[in-house]
Amino acid sequence: MNRIAQQVFRDALKNIRNAALAGLFFAALFGGMETAAWGAELIKIDGSSTVYPITEAVAEEFQKKSPKIHVTIGVSGTGGGFKKFCTGKIDISNASRPIKPSETDLCKENRIKYVELPVAYDGLVVVVNPKNTWATHMTVKELKKLWEPQAQHKIKKWSHIRTGWPDKEIHLFGPGVDSGTYDYFTESIVGEEHASRGDFTASEDDNILVQGISTDPLALGFFGMAYFEYNKDKLKLVGIDDEKVENGNGPVLATYETVVGGTYQPLARPLFIYVSTKAMVRPEIREFMKFYLDVGRRLVKEVGYVALPDRVYDLALQRFDKQVIGSVFGGKGSKVGMTLESLLAAEAP
Amino acid sequence: MLPKRSQRRKLGERFIRFLLFLCGSLSIFTTLGIVAVLIFETIAFFREVSLLSFFTDTQWTPLFKDKHFGILPLLSGTFLTTMIAVLVAMPIGLFSAIYLSEYASEKVRSVIKPLLEILVGIPTVVYGYFALLFVTPLLQKIIPSMAGFNALSPGIVMGIMIIPMISSLSEDAMYAVPQRLREAAYAMGSSSLQVAWRIVVPAAASGISASFLLAVSRAIGETMIVAIAAGQQPRLTINPFVPIETMTTYIVQISLGDTPHGTLEYKTIFAVGMMLFVITMGLNLINRWLREWFREKYE
Repeated sequence: MNRIAQQVFRDALKNIRNAALAGLFFAALFGGMETAAWGAELIKIDGSSTVYPITEAVAEEFQKKSPKIHVTIGVSGTGGGFKKFCTGKIDISNASRPIKPSETDLCKENRIKYVELPVAYDGLVVVVNPKNTWATHMTVKELKKLWEPQAQHKIKKWSHIRTGWPDKEIHLFGPGVDSGTYDYFTESIVGEEHASRGDFTASEDDNILVQGISTDPLALGFFGMAYFEYNKDKLKLVGIDDEKVENGNGPVLATYETVVGGTYQPLARPLFIYVSTKAMVRPEIREFMKFYLDVGRRLVKEVGYVALPDRVYDLALQRFDKQVIGSVFGGKGSKVGMTLESLLAAEAP
Repeated sequence: MLPKRSQRRKLGERFIRFLLFLCGSLSIFTTLGIVAVLIFETIAFFREVSLLSFFTDTQWTPLFKDKHFGILPLLSGTFLTTMIAVLVAMPIGLFSAIYLSEYASEKVRSVIKPLLEILVGIPTVVYGYFALLFVTPLLQKIIPSMAGFNALSPGIVMGIMIIPMISSLSEDAMYAVPQRLREAAYAMGSSSLQVAWRIVVPAAASGISASFLLAVSRAIGETMIVAIAAGQQPRLTINPFVPIETMTTYIVQISLGDTPHGTLEYKTIFAVGMMLFVITMGLNLINRWLREWFREKYE
């Protein structure tokens, strides 16, 4: 064998050895990390992107207090969260609506029992540009007429909604079809989940909606109350009139009082977290949940949602301690227009 | 027995050759792969949606309850922003090319040309926010009824972006026009303007038209600027003041959401992608043909 070939051969051997060593090193590193993660307690959470900011804020504060407990939070949407929750892949599910029959069935199949806990209120707001002088309030009927699938390509001007409004084009903005906000709006306004017109600017990014509406005098849009709170000076709130006397006469503006008091209907909804009973056995989960329902009250406001009245948090804590299984909504999805307090109080002894 | 030195060298030569071939063919195979996927998914799409409704329906709402699959609103969005960009870029690009090639001194030219080309290097996301947060508010001062998302502002900014493509390529073409032609024209008593406009521009027509078409393809395929500043509402209109959606924006919109794989909604992005591909491919073919047609041969 000549010298060059020998050299090449030796180099090749060295490379192989180095690669093997590097591989071992990384394997050891990641293996170590894995055991570290298991060694400390890990709480797995997934679900709604609407509830995410609250749970995230709670988890952050919680980890400051108990650095040994790790919390991971995913955002796969309420439906996606329940899918994982009911197959036992996660401990806690964030949900922007109560659990649905198809999901309770899945949970039953996998013998997953759970406790449902309300954590905050979310209000959807209908907003227009501050230069819009005409649209101060709208009835649910008018909103339905504007957003239902039949409106597509037909209701194109403000004057089509109410006579007397300007004969100018209307530019609509709303969240994308993958968001829970879209589901909730279509269900409560159009009357059928996931049914709306398609000729509007649909974006999963709420900042785009704010940008679009705040720069367009002919715009109208809807999204979560939190984004309105941050952009109050650039947008104008539209009062909602559901034309039902029991929810207050006339149009109602979205405020803390109207959302919690149940008069801002049908666009206010409670947000939940679901904990599986299997996870509740673990002390770190109990600790986290108590923390959530206690310190969480303050954090809810900080991230822009509406906190529940203290009494409701107390009822929720009771529910958690007693491990009341199932949903107050009977597993049939949302009940538009019920106050949480009345539902929870009804089941409390 | 080990092979002799010359034999080994031959082997090495062959190996290198193979490697180079592999590198060269990589891009071809990638293109073929993309085209194959596009064709495959587009055929699957047209099994469910008729070609006729794809090209004649005036609504595009594949994600919603009342589904329509008319490409026209997306086409009109792309057409509108591209037209505005071209209207901005063509005169400015052409005139700066004439200036650089015919009027500017060698020193000025060596400074300005690279400066113009810097425009190409700016990330398109920066152009997008420039359109949304600077140009749009500026235009709204002149046209108060204009919406925050519109075709005009991203169109103009896209035009600015493609100016250097036109100016640089056109200038190259003009610069290559033989000096003899200019001298002959001057000798006949022509002014500089006459030389530029009647001699140089026609002589460089093939290069200039190529630069135009290249810029148009670039504008049609541009994604980021229109996704940020033009809106996301498919609308069949030629009104540049309202939110619209281009083909590229639609593809981005669907790719960002979580539309399940294999559904009809998912296939729409391939149908739209195919449409884009056909248009830019067509432009490239026209470009080649124009080059042949306009080519002026000297010598």
